[in-house]
Amino acid sequence: MSMIDTVVRVLDTHGKLTTPAGSLAPDADLYAAGMTSHASVNVMLAVEDAFDIEFPDELLTKSTFCSIGAICSAVEGLLEAAA
Amino acid sequence: MRMPTTIVTTPDARPLAERVAHVADIASRYAGEVDAAARFPAEAVDAMRATGLLGASLPVALGGEGLTLTELGDISAKLGAACSSTGMVFAMHHSQVLSLSRHLGGSASLAILAGRIASEQLLIASATTELGIGGDVRTSFCFVDLDGDTVRLVKNAPVISYGSEADLVLVTARRNADSAPSDQVLVVCDAANLALEATGGWDTLGLRGTASMGYKLNAVVPADRVIPEPYDVISAESMLPVCHVLWASVWLGMARALVDTSRQYVRAAARRTIGSVPPGATKLVDLIAELERFETLVADLTRRTESIWDDRAAFGAIGYQVSINNLKVTASELVAQVALAALAITGISGYRNDGKHSVARIFRDAQGAALMVHNDRIIANTARLILVQKG
Repeated sequence: MSMIDTVVRVLDTHGKLTTPAGSLAPDADLYAAGMTSHASVNVMLAVEDAFDIEFPDELLTKSTFCSIGAICSAVEGLLEAAA
Repeated sequence: MRMPTTIVTTPDARPLAERVAHVADIASRYAGEVDAAARFPAEAVDAMRATGLLGASLPVALGGEGLTLTELGDISAKLGAACSSTGMVFAMHHSQVLSLSRHLGGSASLAILAGRIASEQLLIASATTELGIGGDVRTSFCFVDLDGDTVRLVKNAPVISYGSEADLVLVTARRNADSAPSDQVLVVCDAANLALEATGGWDTLGLRGTASMGYKLNAVVPADRVIPEPYDVISAESMLPVCHVLWASVWLGMARALVDTSRQYVRAAARRTIGSVPPGATKLVDLIAELERFETLVADLTRRTESIWDDRAAFGAIGYQVSINNLKVTASELVAQVALAALAITGISGYRNDGKHSVARIFRDAQGAALMVHNDRIIANTARLILVQKG
């Protein structure tokens, strides 16, 4: 499964979005699509679990989880740092 | 015996933060081994030497970097988070450095000696406790035996932390054979002028890397190695305040490490049960609140001490002495409480000696804080102080 597919699956399970995540553009605002800040915490935990990573404090901001693209680039950065 | 002192020929030009991170990284790598073998954290102290950290608290005029107490406290905390014993060695060393460098009393030979701490990156230990004095470091049996230009000292010290590894040892003693037990001076002894006969080992619950063995100390040193200023002044203005601030900083660093591990544990638990808040999370809230109180306490006393740094009379004020004594007692209690709470949060994972959520080593180290210079003794001293305190 590609990274973007995994993120989409996580968002469908935990994001409380009003539309399927797969129908959103990579830069679409997830908060505008219905994700609450409470749901974003669950998304964060599920992304950590899916990629076996931990977001450092400096990445735990609203903007890290604002779109599918933003989540993917944060994950890429962490996977590269761990490699 | 000890290795010959490394002379640092090429000073490490990296910014302080980078050098500290490098030493902390090495300290962290060897922390488990140091603890398991109850041995001196030689790799981390070598890294302090190589990065010039052993002389960093000296004023620039003596070849140091003139670090402030705040900076020294920050470094102590970072090293303490990586390896408690390494942090304690750093804290004790710089307490000795400042006890010398702030009390040179115009002595040229002591100034040259202090300069060597930076130029040769010397490690300094202290021998303040003595068998038979009941643990009161402000009294001595042993005395300075002056014979022409040299001084002879014989002291039975139940504890000299990292004594076998030190290049210099600061020794308290009575001023002369006829002096009262409390009429003490501080004598700077070169390792070369010193015979240390081990009288006991150091196999303890925690802080095992401080190698705080007992020794019978025999020294013959030049007479100008006796610091002219009385020890009660050095103790009040440097030794005690700096020790308490830097120790508390090390313990704060240990507490931060415990909270970090607890946070990681709770997050890992949350990942397994997404959607529900794991039971450890509410305990973690309390723990973080406790850490915040700890941070505030240490920052406050560090700032207060720094604000009176050059005001000698202010160090003698009873209000300050009560506060600086209470810092040691409260900070040592806090680190033990944080350790207990971290263990409750991390459960069996924290209880284990292995695994990434282990808090076992720091938990054991944390128990030493209240005992190494026992809180009961400090509280008794503070109780005497408040009897004469006005308002």
